[in-house]
Amino acid sequence: MLGKEIKYLVGKEIRLELKQKYVINGILLYLMSTIFVTYLAFEDIISVETWNSLFWIILLFVAVNGISKSFAQESPARHLYYYTLASPQSIVLSKILYNLLLMTILSALAFLFFMLLMGNMVVNMPLFLLALLLGSLGLSSILTMVAAIASRASQNFSLMAILSFPIVLPLLATLMKVSSTALRNLEWSGNTGFIVILLTINGAVIMLAYLLFPYLWRD
Amino acid sequence: MRLYKKLRQTNKNEMKKYWWKYLSGILLLYAVIFGFIVDVPDTMIEQTMRNLFFHVGMWFGMFAMLFTGFIYSLRYLRKFDEKEDVVAMEAVNVGMMFGFLGIFTGMIWASFTWGTPWVKDPKLNGAAVGLFIYLAYLILRGSIEDVHKRAKVSAVYNIFAFILWIVFVLILPRVSGAGLHPATGNDVTPVLPMHMDSGMRTVFYPAMIGWILLGCWILQLRIRIRRIKSKFNDLLT
Repeated sequence: MLGKEIKYLVGKEIRLELKQKYVINGILLYLMSTIFVTYLAFEDIISVETWNSLFWIILLFVAVNGISKSFAQESPARHLYYYTLASPQSIVLSKILYNLLLMTILSALAFLFFMLLMGNMVVNMPLFLLALLLGSLGLSSILTMVAAIASRASQNFSLMAILSFPIVLPLLATLMKVSSTALRNLEWSGNTGFIVILLTINGAVIMLAYLLFPYLWRD
Repeated sequence: MRLYKKLRQTNKNEMKKYWWKYLSGILLLYAVIFGFIVDVPDTMIEQTMRNLFFHVGMWFGMFAMLFTGFIYSLRYLRKFDEKEDVVAMEAVNVGMMFGFLGIFTGMIWASFTWGTPWVKDPKLNGAAVGLFIYLAYLILRGSIEDVHKRAKVSAVYNIFAFILWIVFVLILPRVSGAGLHPATGNDVTPVLPMHMDSGMRTVFYPAMIGWILLGCWILQLRIRIRRIKSKFNDLLT
């Protein structure tokens, strides 16, 4: 029952998005322009550290921009309609899954564009892609939950940023550590601790979102 | 004579309710005096080991306050009673105060032990992130006008924030690599530092209890002030 609801809801989100293309176009433009600005700012070959930090900072801002609109787009009347149809748990899980899909596509595009303009510095590709995937999952779940909370407060972008940055900081720090080893050498061994951390954060946030969202949804 | 007896009677009633406040004052006074008298083991950080009674004690006070806030947020979500939301908010306020003091005493300790007030260490970063999360909670509360909506949304965020605080401050520093602060990485010391000798323990445990009781006292005072303010506002409007 839950699975079917989630499947329909994710399909609904995708179809809405493809119809209007409002969020996607805006975010893609934001992504391209920020990467282009960094390309213009750094004239020659940059160090590995800089590549790493720039990539993740850009991805963070793209994520905050993209996911902040996920609860704000539909009117309260539409939300009331969904409230009568589906359970709140499936709504929040479907939003997390949809945002995960969005983040995976955005991070892949960001990576490709980054490689094109700033050069490919990744040595251990599978590890980097794993970091991208776990990072997309983490950013999507945290930012979806924070967007749900912020949507009940004033419709303010800065509130969403303020709420999300402290929670995202440890996730981002761990992701940067994992990807910096992926940029340097082909070793997998030293990173198991970090991957455990990423999985812990992801699991805890998703579980909390699942448990707490019904209280937010009732209004 | 009768007046004198009446006064004695009221004092006895008070003592039944307020004994723990007197106890907190006595315990902290004991900690401050004996904290500087008791022998400390001869380690690299010499006399600054005494900061343990204050820095770690304050963090335990903070943990107790944030846990109180967590419990009262859960209770609010069950019954939607306004009073419990007030307790949760004030508990976070007192916890923040202890947190800032804890970081400040930690910085004093760090500039002696490691040469600089702040280092890049998982526990320190986790503590800073924890403080930011709760500061964001206070900002969230400030941004919502409607009382019931504010209480509900901030209760949800408080529960979210507490679990994440535990993860970032207590769990992550253990799991990530070794750092300078005790209890990071593969450091064997559990949460309560066990490499104290028995002399220090006689001061540490009472000090910890004293800090927690002090936190409860400040919390109670703040709740009372808030109740009086809200009653005053109700009378005016």
